[in-house]
Amino acid sequence: MTELVRIATTGSVDDGKSTLIGRLLFDSKQIFQDQLEAVEDASRKRGTDYVDLALLTDGLRAEREQGITIDVAYRYFATPKRKFVLADTPGHIQYTRNMVTGSSTANIALILVDARLGILEQTRRHSFLASLLGVPHLVLCVNKMDLVDWSQERFDELVDEFRKFANRLEIHDLRFVPVSALEGDNVVNESLNMPWYHGPTVLELLEDIHVGSDQNMIDVRFPIQYVIRPHRREYQDFRGYAGKIAGGLIKRGDEVMVLPSGFTTTIRSIETFDGPLEEAAPPSSVVITLDDDIDVSRGDMLCRPHNQPHASQDLDAMVAWMSDGPPLRVGAKYAIKHTTRWGKAMVKDFQYRLDVNTLHRDESSDSLGLNEIGRIRLRSTTPFFFDEYRRNRETGSFVLVDESSNVTVGAGMITGEGS
Amino acid sequence: MSTRLGSFTISPVSASQSSHLRALESESIHIVREAVAESENPVLLFSGGKDSALVLRLAIKAFWPARLPFPVMHVDTGHNFDEVLEFRDRIVTELEADLIVASVQEAIDQGRVVEETGPRASRNRLQTETLLNAIDKHRFDVVFGGARRDEEKARAKERVFSFRDEFGQWDPKSQRPELWSLYNGRHRKGEHMRVFPISNWTEMDVWQYIEDQGIELPSVYFSHRRRVFERDGMLMAESPYLNLIDGEEVFEAIVRFRTVGDMTCTGGFESTASSVGEIIEEVAVTRITERGASRADDRTAEAAMEDRKREGYF
Repeated sequence: MTELVRIATTGSVDDGKSTLIGRLLFDSKQIFQDQLEAVEDASRKRGTDYVDLALLTDGLRAEREQGITIDVAYRYFATPKRKFVLADTPGHIQYTRNMVTGSSTANIALILVDARLGILEQTRRHSFLASLLGVPHLVLCVNKMDLVDWSQERFDELVDEFRKFANRLEIHDLRFVPVSALEGDNVVNESLNMPWYHGPTVLELLEDIHVGSDQNMIDVRFPIQYVIRPHRREYQDFRGYAGKIAGGLIKRGDEVMVLPSGFTTTIRSIETFDGPLEEAAPPSSVVITLDDDIDVSRGDMLCRPHNQPHASQDLDAMVAWMSDGPPLRVGAKYAIKHTTRWGKAMVKDFQYRLDVNTLHRDESSDSLGLNEIGRIRLRSTTPFFFDEYRRNRETGSFVLVDESSNVTVGAGMITGEGS
Repeated sequence: MSTRLGSFTISPVSASQSSHLRALESESIHIVREAVAESENPVLLFSGGKDSALVLRLAIKAFWPARLPFPVMHVDTGHNFDEVLEFRDRIVTELEADLIVASVQEAIDQGRVVEETGPRASRNRLQTETLLNAIDKHRFDVVFGGARRDEEKARAKERVFSFRDEFGQWDPKSQRPELWSLYNGRHRKGEHMRVFPISNWTEMDVWQYIEDQGIELPSVYFSHRRRVFERDGMLMAESPYLNLIDGEEVFEAIVRFRTVGDMTCTGGFESTASSVGEIIEEVAVTRITERGASRADDRTAEAAMEDRKREGYF
């Protein structure tokens, strides 16, 4: 059983992120000969005397011309145990929105620091964003250990410093690895230069961190995506509700409540093309049939009668602003998508803007511009069925869309019911 | 609930199906359903290649036991492998799906596009115009494609729900942020979304899933004897659509094709892999990307794919 694991990595050109990723891809044989030749060729053309592995992922013309990473790049690699989807995002503050995007689905955040420079403002920013986006595991790679004489003292010092800072964040699983991406120490293979380190290498960590509990297996949440009515003789009376399980273990025979109607019924069957299932867990896409013929449509949600999500038109949320257009302000209206439900929402209250570097809350501000993050209250035209983001990333998240341009302008993480 | 659609049967869930394939399948099915739920007139691009065969299978799964709720469309350059056309027609019939053929030949005959000339002439670029015309004519607002992010570096940057303006163009610099599994398919009349349900699958995932599910493919994917000639390090199939250039000679070889497209720009290579299992072994040790190995169209320039995609290509 190979597991699918999503990693978000962030950093700047200087901290050796590309080299580290290059190592992981090289050593797991995910870089192909023709890709390597193309990168070598491109590196020569631009006059660099080393093979610039960033060119592997910087796929757009503008990125290569400017020598910067603009957008999230997705890379794929595998070991016999796991398949990895790696979202590689640029580290500069102006790309906060890319970091937020890359982290939104990640199980593991991989953050690099330069052992010489220590914990920088951007390290704190990246860690905060990983925490805000609810990434369950964070691996801090202390890189360039070769340039600090493989010093255990320096490593311990940085670990202490980072732990103190991380206490202010919500990171439940924090790991540290001393590495030299350039020399390959502790990336895939154990370091001979740091006999004092007895922990796993980066790849070993990525392979072993337990991600099975990252999803909420307690609260049954099934947002209805699509109603399936076959109109075929052999399935004349079939009425199934298609969706992807957003939380909890769903079993045949379970009593469920339909929101917003509040009707209760039982699960008659859990259907898939490959045959019926006795039970199903996140993130499975299934079709559920119910014992009673009740009105259920897209945007509704199934839950257990004694474990319901919040149902409210008012919600408090942290919002990351992703648009270089008009800023978010009190009174502004947007289209909002939460699970499979669209509505309209108005910004009712602006609580504070958060400085992503210092975590300082600026309560005197009243707007969010591109790459800014703040806490707001929204009121929507239709009730939403949600959980706190920290409890469930699927039912705790939403996006805001500008109704005139149809562009996604904000990403929200619900902190609770507004009151 | 064990009846299958037509003769499009599959083997039951095998114990071997690993959780990463289930996770990918589940994500893809979710994407297909979201796109259909939020559009009025979707269509699935089907070339007969393995990736489009996979997307078709996933779409069938997404709506089972209902029939596929949208047509499939083949952008036909007229330069097809016979085996692929035969496969396309058979699968479409079995699924009782509607097939639309958008013909490049027709576009040429009507003077809407002009054919390249010379021995290296290709209809690759003409596909874009033909595709956009068909989207316009049928008023499709969601177009499913089988592109994967691991294929090519411009594709690695593209969204799952990828917006196209009224000219069918892709603007890589102003893509919509895409977070969690919340897809934004909103668009105005005349604009459309390209939706790529298998964005996160790798070539290996595709083959493993094809094996696991017993998905049928055109025979050109498997080792066979064929008359070929060598061009740019690839073995091109002898066909009426390709003229030999000086020094090129036709010979017989045991070959297979790693991708299936227009015959004038799809190259094969010598291989004895005659089953999906053997192909998986071959893919596991290969050191060349599938596009690098078999697509003349991608070798033109470093940004060849990005440029074509901007114009509205697949």
